[in-house]
Amino acid sequence: MNGFLSIRNLTVRLKNGSPILRSVSLDVAAGQVHGLVGESGAGKSMIGKAVLGTLPRALSVTGGEIWLDGTNLMSLSPTERRRRIGATAALIPQDPLTALNPSKRIGPQITRRLVDILGWSRQDAQDRALELLGEVHIPDPARVMRNYPHELSGGMRQRILIASAFAAEPRLIIADEPTTALDVTVQKQILRLIADMQTRHGTALLFVTHDLGVVSKVCDTLSVLYAGKVVEDARMHRFFMRPIHPYSAALLAATPTYTDPTGSLTPVSQAVIDGVEAEVAQHDARRAQ
Amino acid sequence: MRDARGDMRRPVGLRLWLSGGWLTLLVAGAIFAPWIAPKDPLMQDLFLGRLPPFWESGTEPGFWLGTDSLGRDVLSRMLYGARLALVVALVAGTLTCIIGAALGLIAGYYRGWPDRIISRFVDIWMAFPPVLFAILLIAVLGPGLWSIIIAIVVIDWTRFARVIRAEAMTQGAMDYVASAQVAGRKRFGTMLTEILPNVLPTIVVLLTLEMGIAVIVEAILSFVNLSISTDSPTWGGMIAEGRTSVHQAWWVLVFPLIALFLTVLSFSQLGEGLKDRFDPVLR
Amino acid sequence: MMYQIKDLHLSLPDMTRKPLLGPAPRIEILKGLTFDVPEGAVVGIVGGSGSGKSTLGRAMLRLLEPTGGEIVFDGQTITHLSENALRPLRRRFQMIFQDPMSSLNPRRRVGGIIAGPLRLHGFEGVSARVDEALDMVGLPRHFSRRFPHELSGGQRQRVGIARAIALRPDFILADEIVSGLDVSSQAQVLNLLGELVRELGLTLAFISHDLSVIRRLCSRVVVLHQGVIVEQADTATLFDAPKARYTQELLQAIPLPDPFQKWL
Repeated sequence: MNGFLSIRNLTVRLKNGSPILRSVSLDVAAGQVHGLVGESGAGKSMIGKAVLGTLPRALSVTGGEIWLDGTNLMSLSPTERRRRIGATAALIPQDPLTALNPSKRIGPQITRRLVDILGWSRQDAQDRALELLGEVHIPDPARVMRNYPHELSGGMRQRILIASAFAAEPRLIIADEPTTALDVTVQKQILRLIADMQTRHGTALLFVTHDLGVVSKVCDTLSVLYAGKVVEDARMHRFFMRPIHPYSAALLAATPTYTDPTGSLTPVSQAVIDGVEAEVAQHDARRAQ
Repeated sequence: MRDARGDMRRPVGLRLWLSGGWLTLLVAGAIFAPWIAPKDPLMQDLFLGRLPPFWESGTEPGFWLGTDSLGRDVLSRMLYGARLALVVALVAGTLTCIIGAALGLIAGYYRGWPDRIISRFVDIWMAFPPVLFAILLIAVLGPGLWSIIIAIVVIDWTRFARVIRAEAMTQGAMDYVASAQVAGRKRFGTMLTEILPNVLPTIVVLLTLEMGIAVIVEAILSFVNLSISTDSPTWGGMIAEGRTSVHQAWWVLVFPLIALFLTVLSFSQLGEGLKDRFDPVLR
Repeated sequence: MMYQIKDLHLSLPDMTRKPLLGPAPRIEILKGLTFDVPEGAVVGIVGGSGSGKSTLGRAMLRLLEPTGGEIVFDGQTITHLSENALRPLRRRFQMIFQDPMSSLNPRRRVGGIIAGPLRLHGFEGVSARVDEALDMVGLPRHFSRRFPHELSGGQRQRVGIARAIALRPDFILADEIVSGLDVSSQAQVLNLLGELVRELGLTLAFISHDLSVIRRLCSRVVVLHQGVIVEQADTATLFDAPKARYTQELLQAIPLPDPFQKWL
């Protein structure tokens, strides 16, 4: 396996058999950022959920392997798998509002995982949380630890979730659309923060987003998904200069940029959709044989 | 874009068929009671007292579910009892629903002073202990079918008002309501054409639930002898009589209890089933 | 002038800080806005969350009543008109909403959703007009029998557009109408709206948080920040030489799909 996280032929299906992920393979090298791009319903969030074992109840992994730090998670017992994931990986969720418990103070929400799962002493966890809140540039961390989530802005809450994700020094972080709910100006600060933290801690990062602009700023490599199938795997620079798959090229052309004075936008054409649909159908037919 | 999320559908049907089936059977039994009841429900015959149901030994032909201590046929009394139970369920349920839902809809959609008046009124109303309230009411009105119905309506309309108010408030905040205003629709028209269809599924569920509750309330009032005159058969009355002789004749108690249980369960399942089947958003 | 907004103020009661007794304190959302929407123009209104851009839109359509200032629609002051007095005017200014899932009544069919406002304003040949509106937004006519939840996000937004244009209004307010869509349907909806504005000679106010989208569509831009207009200019001027600090910040914060942009 050539990545810290290596996914091989991962297939996820609904209980009734319809595929959500179709033989997805990808690698995230240690200390690198890998982007997962696609439109809504393409299954990009489901990859992160499959890795963390948090798929919705209606879905299940029906095939493939997930290698995390040299171990195939799918070969472990559920308890062992949860323990391994808890010690190695963490999540930065999309919605900073619902990801924090509204009736609990910030401090315990950061330290709980350290104390309960990793067995740290309360004092160590407390010190670590303060240190991390400082690291994500939260002014007066000691006061914020005693705040309730609703007393903080969206940007602040997202910073707290980032601090919380890095708390146990995970070696893999999955960020699921972490800035979609934020204003562009705040998004910039948060992305800068995630990039800084990722570099400083040398964490592997799987970054789920629908925004190609964001991908070009934070990712080293990326996969483009359509209908749960990876249609293109690429290094970042190459992708933006020479996208290979027609669907990737069409997505790029449909993305608006304010620097283009004509501001013309080319929607993804029916021919491109038909082409990629045919590929998906072909893939399904091959699997059915 | 191909999207498999639409495939997550719920299987529909069984509970609608089962609950609907039982209620249809019950309605038919109640309507045709005079023709299908094997015996006169009021006819006493002390020589035929405490006959067991048909599968046990020592029965008499025609008394399928046995007799009570006065020799009255249990099945026939249950069929006639169903008439009262269903009339109470339908009339009390519908009246409660109309009054409560209308007030809830107005309070939740109009907000402002109509809401303040209705909500205060509901709060005060709910502060009365309901059972005492009912007993007091019937004591004043005198026992009888209409007393029961009025008691149920008077106690339970607040349940509808509260739930529908909350639901109407949620719907009222949706943009399709703003969009109706942009189109120039009057407020009352918006309430009827935009809000009402969206709270209707909740109303239907509450209504069927209320019918079940009405059946229980009627049974309880009969049980404590506050229902209609003691000689017309009611499920509650039968349960009360059966309780005293449960060791000698369990069937007098058990059959009406089963009927009561199935009916209340069927009403609540019917509501959910109808919602599953006919709500376009869930279908 | 289609719209003249003069020193517009609007405040709403802050229910989270309502004392036990007495009225809630009011927060000022719009703090004196002045701008015009010329006939036939496409004016972009841009700002972050909390800038008051949606409140401004709803005030322009008189879904909210301003607390101060003046709104003039096509020569007629509508600032404090009653709902009854507004009703005949309502056909002339329409709105497309941000979230089509919430703005299309989930329990009505597409045909009924588009026909409702037409009937209300006494149009003749309603079903022909519904068909025509569906044609114009590029949806097949048989979609009129579908429910909103049976459509994709982009299709739903087209229904929202069809409902607005079916009334043949003079002015349309589009409030963040592509923010919930994927880039491919976003491009389609924007192109469609651009074409319709040209064909029908509409005046459009386009509210968005996304300057890239604004550039695609608008001839003029109003930048809103915390309830105040910080800059208004022609689109080309604004993008080439943004004057206000906030506009510059906003522009610099946009991540372009270009690995060579200096950004982080």
